[in-house]
Amino acid sequence: MRKYSVFAVAREAMRAHKGWEAQWTSPEPRSQYDVIIIGGGGHGLGAAYYLAKEHGITNVAVIEKGWLGGGNTGRNTTIIRSNYLYEESMDIYEHSLKLWEGLSQELNYNVMYSPRGVMMLSHNIHDSQVFKRHIHANRLYGIDNEWLTPEQAKDYCPPLDISASARYPINGAALQRRGGTARHDAVAWGYARAASDRGVHVIQNCEVKAIRRGPDGAVTGVETTKGFIGAKKIGVSASGHNSMVLAMADVRLPLQSNPLQALVSEPLKPIFPCVVMSNTVHAYISQSDKGELVIGAGTDQFNSYSQTGGLQIITHTLDAICELFPIFRRVKMMRQWGGITDNTPDRSPIQGVTPVPNLFVNCGWGTGGFKATPGSAHLFAHLIARGEPHRLAAGLTLDRFRTGRLIDEAAAAAVAH
Amino acid sequence: MLLIHCPYCGEDRSELEFRAAGDAHIARPANIAAISDEEFADYFFLRDNPKGLIYERWRHIHGCGRFFNAVRDTVSDKFVMTYKAGEPKPDLSPAPGVAPALPADSRPVETYEATEGRAE
Repeated sequence: MRKYSVFAVAREAMRAHKGWEAQWTSPEPRSQYDVIIIGGGGHGLGAAYYLAKEHGITNVAVIEKGWLGGGNTGRNTTIIRSNYLYEESMDIYEHSLKLWEGLSQELNYNVMYSPRGVMMLSHNIHDSQVFKRHIHANRLYGIDNEWLTPEQAKDYCPPLDISASARYPINGAALQRRGGTARHDAVAWGYARAASDRGVHVIQNCEVKAIRRGPDGAVTGVETTKGFIGAKKIGVSASGHNSMVLAMADVRLPLQSNPLQALVSEPLKPIFPCVVMSNTVHAYISQSDKGELVIGAGTDQFNSYSQTGGLQIITHTLDAICELFPIFRRVKMMRQWGGITDNTPDRSPIQGVTPVPNLFVNCGWGTGGFKATPGSAHLFAHLIARGEPHRLAAGLTLDRFRTGRLIDEAAAAAVAH
Repeated sequence: MLLIHCPYCGEDRSELEFRAAGDAHIARPANIAAISDEEFADYFFLRDNPKGLIYERWRHIHGCGRFFNAVRDTVSDKFVMTYKAGEPKPDLSPAPGVAPALPADSRPVETYEATEGRAE
């Protein structure tokens, strides 16, 4: 792999940019791998990279039905934060945030991580009590999070309407300054390039049709549209389709797949300096480096794989955006799309072993998986390599639905992750 | 937005009048205190999540207020049928060798893979 640097740009500028090589190779699959990862999103590609880098396992394939990052990695609103309430959640999201901070250097690929601050608006007494509880819990755990008055919130984000006559009055805000955004495609591509450089096979346009198992019940490989591919271990990280993939190995998961929508506006000059979320009126918004306002809406109330979502959901979100930021009332929306999120009953992820030997699962990231990409991938690689979860992910087991040790972030973080 | 037929009101009404209420045909174990933790987890947490036909409960919350059941395709979101609570689960699986009983526009469709082409 040729390293990207200012010298590489200068060299290519001298020869009409004819020397850039493909970022990753697209080999034909081998007949046998040590590890197969199903799902070529950020989590799966990242896990393959960390398997190669930290555990020395390079005979690895990532199998993707469509194209890299074409699922939820490319469909989310790229918000990164770690101000969760429970220790299990803080552990994994803070681990992830720390990896985000050095990810561009680690991968030699600009993932455009931008710690511009994530501000969560409080509209009533209940909100302010909940957010202050979060702030105290975070600070005790060593995670930055602070309380802002409405005036301080307005200073931090000038487009915000904090007037007393606002439809959704603001009585304060919680701000995590290290939170922010990143470029979603670059995360998938950066991991794919770095993994491919270490010998990992990235196989696109290859759908897994069945998971084959031996007489002892352990996995032996997968049937795909490119034929049978053997594997000693299989990790599944297929977001909204995890239920379908795991059903091939007769594993039932407590997951429901729901469409989650997002939309972007026409590009504007830089006007919006941070990320603002409001759980109460359900809206979150930031501005991409291209200038589009990136707006996240809610999930549909029913199971669906439609990748579209109901129109009333985005209408509701845009109502809230226009009330919070009256200056955006005449901005035109340009594109809208949906991604299929896999949600657990306690809205916390599942990462762990399954009842099938050598089959591992990374699922249930629901509406908030993007921010967890590096951390989740790092810990998933540990799980696959060692066969048991990392200390930081020890609470995320599938078994918690039997023991009752749920991580009830649903109540703590509302729906917006 | 979906148009949903309420079998009690006998009308097609907007999705805004309805609340989805999860899987249909789940029976609470009669001996709930005696069952094992595994059985309880199955009953309480495990739900069907098919890509295709799903049997689910809906409530006409801003209408008659009653629960009913529906069969819906989770790819197209199209309702195949709705029926009253307490009625048996309809068998929509085709007999061997027979084409599916569903009309052509209700069959599962491929999504972005079919419409947006392949990655290079």
